[in-house]
Amino acid sequence: MTFWQGRRIPLAWLLLTRQPMRLAVALAGITFAGILMFMQLGFRDALFDSSITVHKLFDTDLVLLSPRTKSSISMTGFPQRRLVQAMADPDVTGTTPVHWNLLLWRNPKTKGTRSILALGFEPRDPLFIDPAVTALAPRLTQKGRVLFDDQSRDEFGPVATWFREGRTVESEVAGKRLRVAGLFTAGASFGADGNILTSRETFLSLLPNTPPGSIELGLIRLRPGADPARVAERLRALLPEDVSVLTKQGFLDLEMDYWRSSTAIGFIFTLGAAMGFIVGCVIVYQILYSDVSDHLPEYATLMAMGYSLLTLLGVVAREGLLLAIFGYLPAYAAGQVLYAVIHAATKLPVAMAADRAITVFLMILVMCMGSAAMAMRKLGDADPADIF
Amino acid sequence: MTTLHPGSAPPTASTGAGPATVSVRGLSHWYGTGSMERQVLQGIDLDIHPGEVVLLTGPSGCGKTTLLTLVGALRQVMEGSVTVLGCELKGSSRHERQLLRRSVGMIFQGHNLLRCLTAEQNVQMGADLLPDLSYRARRDLSREWLRAVGLSDHLGKLPHDLSGGQKQRVAIARALAAHPRLLLADEPTAALDSRTGREVVDLLKRLARDEGCGVLMVTHDPRILDVADRLVRMEDGRLWASEATLG
Repeated sequence: MTFWQGRRIPLAWLLLTRQPMRLAVALAGITFAGILMFMQLGFRDALFDSSITVHKLFDTDLVLLSPRTKSSISMTGFPQRRLVQAMADPDVTGTTPVHWNLLLWRNPKTKGTRSILALGFEPRDPLFIDPAVTALAPRLTQKGRVLFDDQSRDEFGPVATWFREGRTVESEVAGKRLRVAGLFTAGASFGADGNILTSRETFLSLLPNTPPGSIELGLIRLRPGADPARVAERLRALLPEDVSVLTKQGFLDLEMDYWRSSTAIGFIFTLGAAMGFIVGCVIVYQILYSDVSDHLPEYATLMAMGYSLLTLLGVVAREGLLLAIFGYLPAYAAGQVLYAVIHAATKLPVAMAADRAITVFLMILVMCMGSAAMAMRKLGDADPADIF
Repeated sequence: MTTLHPGSAPPTASTGAGPATVSVRGLSHWYGTGSMERQVLQGIDLDIHPGEVVLLTGPSGCGKTTLLTLVGALRQVMEGSVTVLGCELKGSSRHERQLLRRSVGMIFQGHNLLRCLTAEQNVQMGADLLPDLSYRARRDLSREWLRAVGLSDHLGKLPHDLSGGQKQRVAIARALAAHPRLLLADEPTAALDSRTGREVVDLLKRLARDEGCGVLMVTHDPRILDVADRLVRMEDGRLWASEATLG
C-alpha cells in the first residue's frame, strides 16, 4: 500500500524519453565514455596479468620467498631448510624447492645473447598445473636439457620453429652447452622476454656460485579443505624472519604491485580511463543542464503548485540515475565484444572481469550523479513568483 | 467521487459569513532598494470568502500580480498581514509557504503545462499532491476532473496537440485536482478568443462554487466581468470600489 501511495508520475523518465534525440546523444556519450574506460582499464589489467604468466604455472597453495624478493627479476635466496620446517604443520602435505634466476641465452642463429628467465626444479616433483608440462619434465633428468617457452620473443632465435622441424636445437648459457628437449607455453612478461625450465642439477651447474642449500622459491601444498590464509598465519609464527609466507594470490599480487608501482603503465592507462570519465562528465552535464534550463518555467510551476525543491532535485537525480543505467548497459555489451576481438588479435589475457565491470559502472554512476548535482544548482533559479 | 462535489459546499458567499478564505490587512510591498525603491502596494485590505469569486482589474503595472503572488505564498510578505486559509504569511518560512501552496490552486496566463506530460499526467501532477490516496485513486481523480472540464476524449494528448482553450481547461483541472480551497487566476483568458474565454471562465466559476473554493482572478477582459460576485479595482497600489457587488 505504501508503494502505491508513494507512486508518482515518472517525471524523470518522461522528461528524458519525450526528447529522444537528446536522450540518444546523452546515451551515446555515456556509452562512449564507458567503452573508453573498459578499454583502457582492460589493457592495463591485461598487461599486469601478463606479468604473472610464469607465476600462474605453479600448482601450489602457499609460497615461501626471501623477504628481500620484490619481483621476479630480483629473486633472492633463502635457506631450503625452511621448507622442511614447514612440513611440521599438519595441514602441509608437500613442499617443492624451485630455483629462479635470469640467465644469458645465446641465440643459436645470430649468436647474440639476451636475458632469459630460468627455473630449476626436481623433474620428479609435481609442481605445474598444466599436465603437458609435467609430462615433459622427465626429459630434464638428463643433464644439460631444457624446456623452452614457445611464446618467448623472437630475439632468442627460431628455437621453437627449429625444434618442431625436428632439428637438434642447442644454445650456450654461461659457457655450458644446453639442448632443447621440449616446448612448453607460458608467455613473455615485463620481467622476462622468454622462459626456460631445467633440472636443479643443470641449473646449479649454470650458476655455480649459488650458495648450497639456498633456493629462491618454495612451494607448499596443503591438505584439501585447509584454509591457506590460516596456515600461512601459523607458518609465519613458526618460521624465522628470513622467509616470508604468501598465499598463491599474494605471490601474484606481489609481482603485479611491483610493476604497477614501479612503471608508468598503470598511470598511462588510468589516465586514459580518466579522460573517458571527464568526457562523459562534460556530455552528461551539458545534457542535464540544458534539460533543467529548458524546463525551468515548468519546474517553477511545480514549485508554485506546492512541490518542494527537494522533490524537484530528486527528479534531476533520477534523470542522472536513468542515464547511468541506460548508458552503461550498451557500454558493457560493447566491452564484451571488443575484449573478444582484442583477445583474438593480440593474445593479451583480456576479459570482462567482474570487478572491472563494477568499477566502470560506479564511475559512470559518479559521472552522472555528479553532473546531475551540478545541474541542480540551476534549479535554484526557478522562482515560482516569476511565472505569473 | 465524493471529493469532487461535496454536498456541503457553502452557498454563494456573502461578506461576513464564516472564516474568510483570504484576509489581507494593511498590506504594502516594495521592489528594489535605496533610490531605486518603488512601492507597488499601499495599505491593501481585502477579504475573500469560501465560494466567492472576486475579480481584480486595473491598468497594467498597478500591482495586481504582486498581490496575487503575495496571497499565493509565492513571495515573502514585507508589511501588513496576509492570512490565507488560517495561516499568517507575514514571517512564514519557505517550508510553510510551500505546504500552504498545496491548498492553493493557480492558473496562469499561459497554461504552464508540463510539455512532456499528457493531459492526464499533467492533471495527476496536481492530484499527486493529495496525501493518503493510492496511485489508482489519484489517476481516477485526474480522469474525473478532465471529464468535468469536458476533455475526456483527450486524456492521452500532449499539450502540443491541444488547442489554447483545451490547454487552459487542462490547467484548470490540474489546479482543482489538488482539491484547493483557494484558486488564484492571472488573466486566464488572455490567450483565448472571446467564446473560448467565456466557456473557460464559466467552467472555472461553476467548479469553484461546487468545491466551495474562493477565487481571486486578475483580468483585463471586460467580457467576463459579469462572472464576479464582487469586483475590485486597483490603481497605483490601492484598491477602489472594493465593495461594488455586481449582479
